[in-house]
Amino acid sequence: MSETPHRDDLGARFGMWLFLFTELLLFGGLFILYAVYLARHPEAFARAGKELSLPFGTVNTVVLLTSSLLVALSVSALQRGSRRLCLWLLAGTILSAALFMVNKYFEWSAKIHHGIYPGSPEMAGRETGEGVFFSLYYVTTGLHGVHVVVGALLLGWVFVLVKNGRVDSGNHVLLENAALYWHLVDLIWIFIFPLYYLIL
Amino acid sequence: MPHPETPHIVGYGTFIAVWVLLLALTAGTVAVSKIELGVLHVWAALAIASVKSALVIAFFMHMKYETRLFRVCLFATLATLAIFIGFTFFDVLYR
Repeated sequence: MSETPHRDDLGARFGMWLFLFTELLLFGGLFILYAVYLARHPEAFARAGKELSLPFGTVNTVVLLTSSLLVALSVSALQRGSRRLCLWLLAGTILSAALFMVNKYFEWSAKIHHGIYPGSPEMAGRETGEGVFFSLYYVTTGLHGVHVVVGALLLGWVFVLVKNGRVDSGNHVLLENAALYWHLVDLIWIFIFPLYYLIL
Repeated sequence: MPHPETPHIVGYGTFIAVWVLLLALTAGTVAVSKIELGVLHVWAALAIASVKSALVIAFFMHMKYETRLFRVCLFATLATLAIFIGFTFFDVLYR
């Protein structure tokens, strides 16, 4: 391109952050629900929490933290002009997202197989607190899972733009904003993991 | 405002160090959950999660290198969330 169109990278990043703040409040609402019901049914929450798979939760935590590292590195790589490295790191991030969702699939399948899902006959026979715990578990990890898929699609789109040179070392705010969104996914999981898998 | 904007490039080593720290804190939070602490568990888990998220926001999300406006707005968001949680619990605990 010969002419330089108006660009405001700082403004673009600020806009992304404003959106992320609304996301924090969205998940914040779910965490408030969790906190109130934890205060109301501490024993039932402790019993139900022990049924979640700690290995699945821990592996997914490591996967997401690593994917966050990869995407952070990809931003630095592109800023330094290493396009190939940036593409490899982005591919690694998207692969991590896929790995996370595969784990989630097996984890949810095992739960559903044991009759643990909202409105199941198994849940009807249990205490109210346990039902609330698993309902919140499905809503929170489900909404988080949607964010993982959206984040991976976003990174896939940026991958294509980096590959064909539309996003490069002189114009990388799009990659930065997609990375910010991905870090948010990691950030939310940092709270979901201890609250659902480890508490009590 | 400087134009064109010169990006602050964070070194690969910094990111890897932060990642190692995050993994160590994850191991820490799993270890703490095995100790018999009762209600303290919740606070210990939340404390570790807060440190981890501070690391992610400061380094991975470049907050440390952004202008002050970003941090002021982040603080406003967290304060709003704290007010939501605080006022909900005034109601829930003392009803």
